[in-house]
Amino acid sequence: MLTIDRLTFLQNFGRSLKSPAYLFRPTHTEHIAEIFSIAMEEGFKVGLRGSGRSYGDAALNAGGIILDLRRMNRVIEWGPESGVLKVEPGVTIQQIWQYTLEDGWWLPVVPGTMFPTIGGCLAMNIHGKNNYVAGPLGEHVLEFEALLSTDELVTCSPYKNADLFYAMIGGVGALGVFTSITLQMKKIHSGNVWVNAWATPTLGVMMDDFEPIKGESDYLVGWVDGTHSHGRGQIHRATYLHEGDDHEPAQTLSVEYQTLPDTFFGLLPKSLMWRLMYPFMNNVGTTLVNTAKYAASRTLEHRKRYIQSLVGFNFLLDYIPNWEKSYGSSGLIQYQSFIPRERAHAVFSEMMRMCQKRGMPTYLGVLKRHRPDKFLLSHAVDGYSLAMDFAVKNDLRKLQKLADDMNEIVLDAGGRFYFAKDITLRPETVRRFLGDEVMDCFRKLKTRCDPYSLLETELYRRLFSAN
Amino acid sequence: MTLTHSKLSPVCGAIVIGASSGIGEALARRLAREGYTVALVARRADRLISICDEINSQLGTKRAFPYPHDATNFDDVPVIFQAILRDLERVEIVVYSSGVMPVMAINEYNFEKDRAMIEVNVLGAIVWLNHAAILFDRMGGGHIVGISSISGVRGRVVSPVYSMTKAALTTYLESLRNRLTRKGVHVLTVKPGFVDTDMFRATGRPSGMAISPEQAAGDIWQAICYRKQIIFTPARWRWIMLIIQYIPSFIFRRLSI
Repeated sequence: MLTIDRLTFLQNFGRSLKSPAYLFRPTHTEHIAEIFSIAMEEGFKVGLRGSGRSYGDAALNAGGIILDLRRMNRVIEWGPESGVLKVEPGVTIQQIWQYTLEDGWWLPVVPGTMFPTIGGCLAMNIHGKNNYVAGPLGEHVLEFEALLSTDELVTCSPYKNADLFYAMIGGVGALGVFTSITLQMKKIHSGNVWVNAWATPTLGVMMDDFEPIKGESDYLVGWVDGTHSHGRGQIHRATYLHEGDDHEPAQTLSVEYQTLPDTFFGLLPKSLMWRLMYPFMNNVGTTLVNTAKYAASRTLEHRKRYIQSLVGFNFLLDYIPNWEKSYGSSGLIQYQSFIPRERAHAVFSEMMRMCQKRGMPTYLGVLKRHRPDKFLLSHAVDGYSLAMDFAVKNDLRKLQKLADDMNEIVLDAGGRFYFAKDITLRPETVRRFLGDEVMDCFRKLKTRCDPYSLLETELYRRLFSAN
Repeated sequence: MTLTHSKLSPVCGAIVIGASSGIGEALARRLAREGYTVALVARRADRLISICDEINSQLGTKRAFPYPHDATNFDDVPVIFQAILRDLERVEIVVYSSGVMPVMAINEYNFEKDRAMIEVNVLGAIVWLNHAAILFDRMGGGHIVGISSISGVRGRVVSPVYSMTKAALTTYLESLRNRLTRKGVHVLTVKPGFVDTDMFRATGRPSGMAISPEQAAGDIWQAICYRKQIIFTPARWRWIMLIIQYIPSFIFRRLSI
């Protein structure tokens, strides 16, 4: 029997929810099957969780069982010649790059932080700053094995059980549990990238700058000042080094070389940073910080070209450990929408105006370029996404209203949403962006893979089980 | 779904044990009206189901859920508690309102009646509120509400064991409060005076002396909102009890209150 001693309160990464759940941390596939049968007998739902880095309710299951898969963290096979890596789902992005780097291989797609598990990344089909060229992480999966709640172990690839392959990747953990994942890594010739940085006075200029250079850039990302009326910001563009460009590749391809700074401004320990940010997490404070940041990007960093380590360039969120705590006890939400290219500028400008007018400017805005992919619950479009962080301060109704209104704008523009971030969508919104056909297909697969609907998270119940 | 109940401000749950009549029932109705999903726990299944149906049809949404359970079946509590948590997902308030006070003559010594009172009024409260304490301790928040009585203040001639059970409950709640305040949990001890419930009517006093259970529930809801520690309902009983508490024993033992 599940006893109350097992009960643990888990939080979303945005720290806005606390969910009581019976926590299990299996180490082998057989353990997962055992927990499935306990859940079935006692009538509980099972939610899957990796590092708990989803901003919304994707890895929570209040009142039910949570399978924390982080102890299934073994590397099963590694081919230093082929770059083919087979791992268990609880292996983190950090573990992977530290394992493969010295052989000259890097993850083809990484998120802004190295702490998520690969299983979690695939359940959400995460993207990186190179989505417009590399697609989502799912496109680099050669094969995976998954355990279904029926105790069936399935092997999926683009050629075998392809329907399941394209549905389980990005399938929010509702169809089965990944038990092993085979990835094709990317060959690199240096642990560094070339980075260009420049300031952009408006959001429009930023997008105009993105288009011509995306063909010759390996990574592109824009920081947008959400407190500024025209969305001024800064672009970072990075390219891999070619073979021979790095004279000491063995040096830069070492774990020791790939470090993040321990201090800020050579002085402040990074562990203190989130506490120091706390007083600035309000409209006035953020305006000040953003103005200073823009001024720096306009002067010190403007049109600079420099070398940076892959880790330093990619994992910006890890520079400040526990940065999410700086939003205080009520936490934050991240709102990210994906808009087709032609409409993106108009839509994002309207959204930012709306936020500012209602006194809830986004404290951090990040612009990325995307391209469509073949996954069933895909979030990507041929266009842009803007990720916006909002503090969850007192007026939750106002914030939800803002999100509802922005959702309408996104839907009207043919845009899409991303479940790793979401906490504000409603079932009808999801049906509208995915379409009835996709919803039916997903529901059929759910019935086939999980006939008793054993696998459910709060996100699944909120968006998929209600209709 | 209305705007207020998005995932940003998820619906919270409340458990009311002893919700089939009296203060428990009124409080369950009140909590449902205040936007909580409420688990109603009590022995009488038919009564419980009809109360839930009534609440749900009044509010036009499914807010109340019945969990038939005899407060003296202590071993069932873990399972029911889990089922409630599974169905309600988030629980923020636990109210223990079950209580019995059999009518007793002034010279009656009846172990069966005494035992029933200890089981329902004390042991039932302990098993349920211990669960609530574990839950809220880990959550770092929540409200525990115990319906004690003015009876616990002095040992009264009318029912020695009833007075004892309520004194025990009051002390137990005080201990919980001292344990849990540091964890952010609010513990409220409610001491009803004359409230027009079945229990009150059984004493044969005229109902004109009493307030309605709805009024008592209103006082309790306010006390939850303001995180009060001990309340009397109606409030004037605070002063009456202050006097009674300090009546010297040589007088008190000659009175029949």
